[in-house]
Amino acid sequence: MFKWLEKNLPKIVMAPAVGLIGWFVYGFVLWTLYISFTNSKILPKYELWGFGQYEKLWASRKWLISVDNLLVFTALFLIFCIVIGIILAIFLDQKIRAEGVLRTIYLYPMALSFIVTGTAWKWILNPTLGIQKMFIDLGFENFTFDWLVNREMAIYTIVIAGVWQSAGFVMALFLAGLRSVEDEIIKAAKIDGAGLFTVYWKILLPMMRPVFFTSFVILVHISIKSYDLIVALTQGGPGISTTMPALFMTQAAFHKSQVGLSAASAMMMFMAVAAVIIPYLYSELRRENAR
Amino acid sequence: MKKLLIALIAFAFTSTSSYAGPKIEVLHWWTSGGEAAALKVLKDDFAANGGEWLDMPVTGGGGDAANVALKARIVAGDPPSASQIKGPTIQEYDQEGVVAPYNIDAIAQSEGWDNLLDPMIAAIHKCENNSGPYCAAPVNIHRIDWMWANKAVFDANGISVPSTWDELNAAAEKLKAAGIIPFAHGGQAWQDATVFEAVAMGIGGNNYYKNCYVDLKESCLRSETTVKVFDQMRKLQSYTDEGSPGRDWNVATGMVIEGKAGFQIMGDWAKGEFTAAGKVPGVDYYCAATPSNNGYLYNVDSFIFYKSSDPDKQAGQQLLAKLMMGKNFQKVFNLYKGSIPARLDVSMDEFDKCAKTSNADIKTAGAKGGLVPSFAHGMAQGNTMKAALQDIITEHFNSDMSSVDAANALADSVLANM
Repeated sequence: MFKWLEKNLPKIVMAPAVGLIGWFVYGFVLWTLYISFTNSKILPKYELWGFGQYEKLWASRKWLISVDNLLVFTALFLIFCIVIGIILAIFLDQKIRAEGVLRTIYLYPMALSFIVTGTAWKWILNPTLGIQKMFIDLGFENFTFDWLVNREMAIYTIVIAGVWQSAGFVMALFLAGLRSVEDEIIKAAKIDGAGLFTVYWKILLPMMRPVFFTSFVILVHISIKSYDLIVALTQGGPGISTTMPALFMTQAAFHKSQVGLSAASAMMMFMAVAAVIIPYLYSELRRENAR
Repeated sequence: MKKLLIALIAFAFTSTSSYAGPKIEVLHWWTSGGEAAALKVLKDDFAANGGEWLDMPVTGGGGDAANVALKARIVAGDPPSASQIKGPTIQEYDQEGVVAPYNIDAIAQSEGWDNLLDPMIAAIHKCENNSGPYCAAPVNIHRIDWMWANKAVFDANGISVPSTWDELNAAAEKLKAAGIIPFAHGGQAWQDATVFEAVAMGIGGNNYYKNCYVDLKESCLRSETTVKVFDQMRKLQSYTDEGSPGRDWNVATGMVIEGKAGFQIMGDWAKGEFTAAGKVPGVDYYCAATPSNNGYLYNVDSFIFYKSSDPDKQAGQQLLAKLMMGKNFQKVFNLYKGSIPARLDVSMDEFDKCAKTSNADIKTAGAKGGLVPSFAHGMAQGNTMKAALQDIITEHFNSDMSSVDAANALADSVLANM
């Protein structure tokens, strides 16, 4: 009896968690998949209807705009977060004074929710309240900074707020990566006459490959799921110019009586996230097995 | 120990089931200021009639959060007894089979709702495609096509209340020249659509409005008139300030109250902001209908009653329906809310000037065929079509899209969602 318990205890302890995750995560993914093949309107229905919702989805102007926005946002969000994150990490890596304080300052935005970030930036970027007004009050009467209310530029304000929030996190990842490199490697390079720039560019950054990979995966899934930032900052506006898939999905389900369409858009987002995560998991697991 | 347990269980059961009498669980989002005060009147009425009221307020997002909670409850097979649902959405829920067997119809018949309501308003509350038994109760009628103007600002610039859209444009130009923001507007999709429908009814006329936005005729949507409506929207957009996108409606109302802006086009809930600021209609501000040919865009708030197998709850639903349509609640509630009673026989003596105008106009409009449902507020179309129209209107208003393109996009969007 005792032996049996000892052998099976981990399984027994894990079972509820596995069961709950299986039902509330994977079960509902499957449920959503099923609903996306039905003609559900205001409430879920269970008669199958085929691919109609997906056809409707890709014919919808708003969905196409939201996919465009997602591509623009993801690309810029990734590039700026990683570049700014690396630069900050390299600066902090120079064994400067008060590093702990600076690190906290850069990392602090991570502690805020996107709603707070979005609301703060909404005020900062609002032409009649924020930066533009400040400069006009200072005497620069022709100063304009109206990105938030300009439909062509509004998507970039979301990038600004997103980068402000997440760049510090990327910095922390890279800083940890840089610190884990053994001093001997750097010393050897310096003895061979490499300058600081060469050390970073040719030696340290290439060694950061896994960190790049991790940041990439984390940032991409943040951007595909981004919802709260947009709700707080622009609510998808001006017009529908900053709609993103997650916003499209909730609007379809709860404002437009299009539960089926909403499920279809959720599945598209799920597939996009899967396309990023699965290769990552695969490569991670393979590396673990190889060890 | 065992005995104690049994006693406890027994106690638990008796304490929940010993109560027999009307019981109701109401899901709503009336939690702020006047609305909460008005609802309290109903709760007290309900309690005075021996009922037990289980409140289920869900705040946030003008009913969005409540909507999410409601759907979750219905999907779980446990709908609340009543919730705020209005317009064609009542039929949508009916078609899902969660409303029948319409147990409030008996009350509607014995109280004679058919004689107390305008036939058009009554039809909204009848299930089975607007012709069957009553399944919902109206609490008020909001008018959408209101223009709220700061009287001092208008007087200082020699402007009187415009009676045509050209006069309105001329007035706006004058204000612009005087350095005042002419048109206080919040650039959110529903606000853009609110203005649009007032313009569409005013410029296109009542029949145009019905053909396009109630019957959704493609030829009407693509017509020259729609182009003209979009032209007027473009003009109005040029009268807004650049801080407009994303602004909440009450902030825009505040701009009119403070005299920073000339006027706002918004439903009669805007009156609450003026009242709260201590302003008096006709003295400090104008409440006037936007220019139209005896048109009246209505928006009725209703409560729908869901299927329930609990006899206490069924009794509660009937009692609530009776009280909601009662003269007392219809009067008190609308005094707080800024709208007018849905019931036709309530005395308007205690109401202010704006509400009296609204009450007089709805009768004229009814007689002259100008009483039309608001689509921006979900009275003319279900949620899907409302969003299809709204998306294009807001896209046009916030871009440099041409009026012709917008009219065609509007028709395309409607066809795609038929």
